[in-house]
Amino acid sequence: MKRLRPDFALISEWIAQGSRVLDLGCGEGTLLRHLRDTRGVSGYGLEIDDANVVRCLENCVDVIQSDLDDGLADFFDDASFDYVVMTQTLQAMRRPDRLLEEMVRVGREGIVTFPNMGYWKNRLQLAVAGHMPVSRALPYTWYDTPNIHLCTLQDFERLCDEKGLRILQRTVVDAGHREQALAAVRPNLLSEIAVYRFTRA
Amino acid sequence: MPETLPADSVGLVTPHTRRFDTPLKLDCGRTLPGFELIYETYGTLNPARDNAILICHALSGDHHAAGYHAMSDRKPGWWDTAIGPGKPLDTDRFFVVAPNNLGGCKGSTGPNTPNPETGRLYGADFPIVTVRDWVRSQALLADVLGIEQWAAVVGGSLGGMQVMQWAIDLPERLRHAVVIAAAPRLSAQNIAFNEVARQAIMSDPDFHQGHFYEHDTVPRRGLMLARMLGHITYLSDEALRDKFGRELREGRINFGFDVEFQVESYLRYQGQSFVDRFDANTYLLMTKALDYFDPATERGQDLASVFRDALARFLVISFTTDWRFSPQRSHEIVRALLDADRKVSYAEIESQQGHDAFLLNIPQYMSVLGTYMRRVARECAQ
Repeated sequence: MKRLRPDFALISEWIAQGSRVLDLGCGEGTLLRHLRDTRGVSGYGLEIDDANVVRCLENCVDVIQSDLDDGLADFFDDASFDYVVMTQTLQAMRRPDRLLEEMVRVGREGIVTFPNMGYWKNRLQLAVAGHMPVSRALPYTWYDTPNIHLCTLQDFERLCDEKGLRILQRTVVDAGHREQALAAVRPNLLSEIAVYRFTRA
Repeated sequence: MPETLPADSVGLVTPHTRRFDTPLKLDCGRTLPGFELIYETYGTLNPARDNAILICHALSGDHHAAGYHAMSDRKPGWWDTAIGPGKPLDTDRFFVVAPNNLGGCKGSTGPNTPNPETGRLYGADFPIVTVRDWVRSQALLADVLGIEQWAAVVGGSLGGMQVMQWAIDLPERLRHAVVIAAAPRLSAQNIAFNEVARQAIMSDPDFHQGHFYEHDTVPRRGLMLARMLGHITYLSDEALRDKFGRELREGRINFGFDVEFQVESYLRYQGQSFVDRFDANTYLLMTKALDYFDPATERGQDLASVFRDALARFLVISFTTDWRFSPQRSHEIVRALLDADRKVSYAEIESQQGHDAFLLNIPQYMSVLGTYMRRVARECAQ
């Protein structure tokens, strides 16, 4: 899957030194490698793609090849990680709601990032131009996209509410993962990418 | 027969035999007064002696894992796809050691070698050996080869079980454990298949309670049936369908019990050719070793607790259409390693070939194995 340039600094600020991290949809293992090298983190990545699995091995990142849509029950006990991280993958899941529950079952805290469908430019493309949004954060055409469950910040927070997940922290950034002062005022409208840290309420 | 040897072949190889005169106490309670192991090596042991890889063979394997014994050989060793210069187990970097297990029939002490106590061939008197016994004997071989610690111990199927046992029993003596197409223990279904195979052999009138050598005969029909059954379980439904479908040999049904379908002819051929190269008693022993393997049993079936003793990094590989040891069985291994907080990577290889895939040249498989082993090589070069 094509990825946005991830801002690892942002996520790693939230992750305590020496903790255990599970990275869902870890791609080439770049985040885990970064966390290992800068924060002494240990952990595993989960990845479905053949080529990415090989890249993880090249990067000396421990990777478990598996389909996130099958859940985590096959491999992971309750509370076996400090953090379960999932960057830019939630929207591609068959049942994102179930996966969020799995994240807080397996980890003490969950961290997700996803593109905000409520971003003003997305709304504009749909409302004014009358077509599905295509942008840096959402670079796919509607018929050829891994993203099957797009949501807005409001949708996500409502789901967390329903599932009994407590949001500990939220940062909203643009597609370059830069924090935007203005976005903090009207996040659902002004942020392109959402980054959340949450736990079981 | 190769006219010339391929550039990525280890070439012509000669087996070595090593005699051990110290008694070996076995899990079954009996002691072998002494024994021999036959093995092949490929590549060169470096001065630091830290680039050695042990290859553990599966049920019907032996020490001839790569290369050719003679230019007239029809086929190379059983894992030639993976072992050689530039191949995943790169003999330009690694010193690869492939022994024939104790109880085998290709030169290591086993049922078809003389029993020093009686002077006749062991036959059914050869003690039942376990995966753990094999690890003990392989460690003795490592000692005489001057290998204190393997860079990696590698094996598929029953070989993968030996790898796990190595990591559990002798944690200091290997840095990496590569477990391919294996299971933490057999299922009832696996044991059932083994039992049918054993019954086929033992009920053959030529079996003579395992002392058929003295009767100058071989339980051909039984061993052939055992192999035919085994062969079905090594292949997937898809693989058989792709290869044969329901194709008829003569293009029509003859309403008889002769070979009609191509798949029947294939199985009979596989069974018959196996009889010429394998020993019935060894087949019985190897299937028993499979049945008994269960390292978690001593700790209340808590495999994770057993793996907590392991120090190696693990690579676990499974194949999607393997139903003898399905990916689900590898998940059990991976899960236990994760629970034990061990370092493990797991790859599930898409393939149509069933259990046999672990011997085949499947690009993603070779890429995973090769990438991992390059990392192992980098470590021992440091």
